[in-house]
Amino acid sequence: MRVPSQAELQERKRVQIGIETTSNAQSTDFPGHWPGENHEWNLDYIKENLNVKFHTSTPFDSEFSLIGIDTSVANAFRRILLAEIPTLAIETVFIYQNTSVMQDEVLAHRLGLIPLQASRRGLNWMKWYQKPTEEDEGSGAPSDYNCAILRLNVKCEWQEGGLQRAARGETDPDKLYVNHSIYARDLQWQAIGKQAEMFADGPIQAVNPDILIMKLRPGQEIELLMHAMKGIGQDHAKFSPVATASYRLLPTIDIMKPIIGADAKKFARCFPKGVIRLDSVTSEEASELDCKENEVKAVVANPMRDTVSRECLRHAEFKDKVKLGRVRDHFIFRIESTGQWESEDLFLESVKLLKVKCQRMRRGLDAMMN
Amino acid sequence: MPPAGAEPQPQSFTTPEVQVSDQPHDTEEADAYMDPNLDRERIRILPGSSETAASFQFDNEDHTLGNALRYVIMKNPDVEFCGYSIPHPSEAKLNLRIQTYDNVSVYTVLEKGLKDLEDLCDVVIDKFTVAREDFKSGGQDTEMRDAWGRV
Repeated sequence: MRVPSQAELQERKRVQIGIETTSNAQSTDFPGHWPGENHEWNLDYIKENLNVKFHTSTPFDSEFSLIGIDTSVANAFRRILLAEIPTLAIETVFIYQNTSVMQDEVLAHRLGLIPLQASRRGLNWMKWYQKPTEEDEGSGAPSDYNCAILRLNVKCEWQEGGLQRAARGETDPDKLYVNHSIYARDLQWQAIGKQAEMFADGPIQAVNPDILIMKLRPGQEIELLMHAMKGIGQDHAKFSPVATASYRLLPTIDIMKPIIGADAKKFARCFPKGVIRLDSVTSEEASELDCKENEVKAVVANPMRDTVSRECLRHAEFKDKVKLGRVRDHFIFRIESTGQWESEDLFLESVKLLKVKCQRMRRGLDAMMN
Repeated sequence: MPPAGAEPQPQSFTTPEVQVSDQPHDTEEADAYMDPNLDRERIRILPGSSETAASFQFDNEDHTLGNALRYVIMKNPDVEFCGYSIPHPSEAKLNLRIQTYDNVSVYTVLEKGLKDLEDLCDVVIDKFTVAREDFKSGGQDTEMRDAWGRV
């Protein structure tokens, strides 16, 4: 059985980037594709080759490389991150009083989009809310295990002496009115049933208390009740636990022939800062490269920072001197959380969810066969 | 239509009462994950299938599972062909076609594919957890930054 060399494997998983084309984008690691080679599923091979490298890690934002996995699987993780991890969001708004300038439906929409956070234990305990159906009378009733109640009661009034100050020309609302701005922190959660116990280590509240919901003026009043439900991004983007979750492939820059002197400086300017480094040519190299000592030479410093703008391919002086590409199995993930989950936990959760999908499918298949 | 001259009656609407359930419910995931019959009903074998060439239809699945499963099944040397499609974008359905060599059953191939994908998930979880701990304890280099040089 033929075993390809490391160099050959590297070359195979290089996506080539031309001026107006990309090529070699498809994976070929399947049995029967390369004559005489074994590309059978092999868990030990994956264990050896899979590699995770962290670049940044903060609760709301993390970046890491996932190396040695196929696009189809990496994309499954990304899709699950966006659309299938549950969070809480305001689903229904009952408006009893709204004398503000904002229409009911606009207000309800704004409330729905506020990211909420709560205890993870409570979130796991909560169940999906089932909408009422026509066949089943009395179905779809909200209950303590699928619905959280939030209230918002605000009335704007004049401050003491505010009217006089306004008459004198004062325009600062802080000095004239009380409750002139409603923020996300004004949402009040009312625990019912078992919720107080399950959400003991993290009450339901807005992730960012400073989100401005609306502004009021004296005499205007808001009185409403909200039902927050558990849902997934597939149903509505407000349930998505991530601000963004994306990956890009690691860029590669191969300098095929030396780029020296003024060309090197121009070459470095074709890339973002830090991608290309300018080294001075040593005396030994000078004769080999056919240039003077202490001239500068372009060297690739950090291809990860490249945006693959392909600017360098537009200039005739770099023709045949540079090859751009990307590594097909090196995924640089970037996950920004909205706050319900920590960004790294989100990734782990997406992997677990893919596993649960497989397990459920396998269970259904077993039930079908027997 | 109300009679002419009558005051329009305000529509009566009451906020649904949020009940407090008296059933004990555990902290596990929703019951739907646990009921095998629900999962049984999500799988169909499309007409015209044989033991070595069959098309499966899964309800409520999309490219997420479809493409990953297709890749893993294609890694099986007993498989002649594997492909998937979403027959119509407004129906939440996934069709998966498998054809095998040498009288190998498509069912065992599908089952192995699902099992292999689960194993892969376990490996990713392990590697990710280890890398995260390494990074948190400062053992890994932090030289690689994103395209904009942000930390």
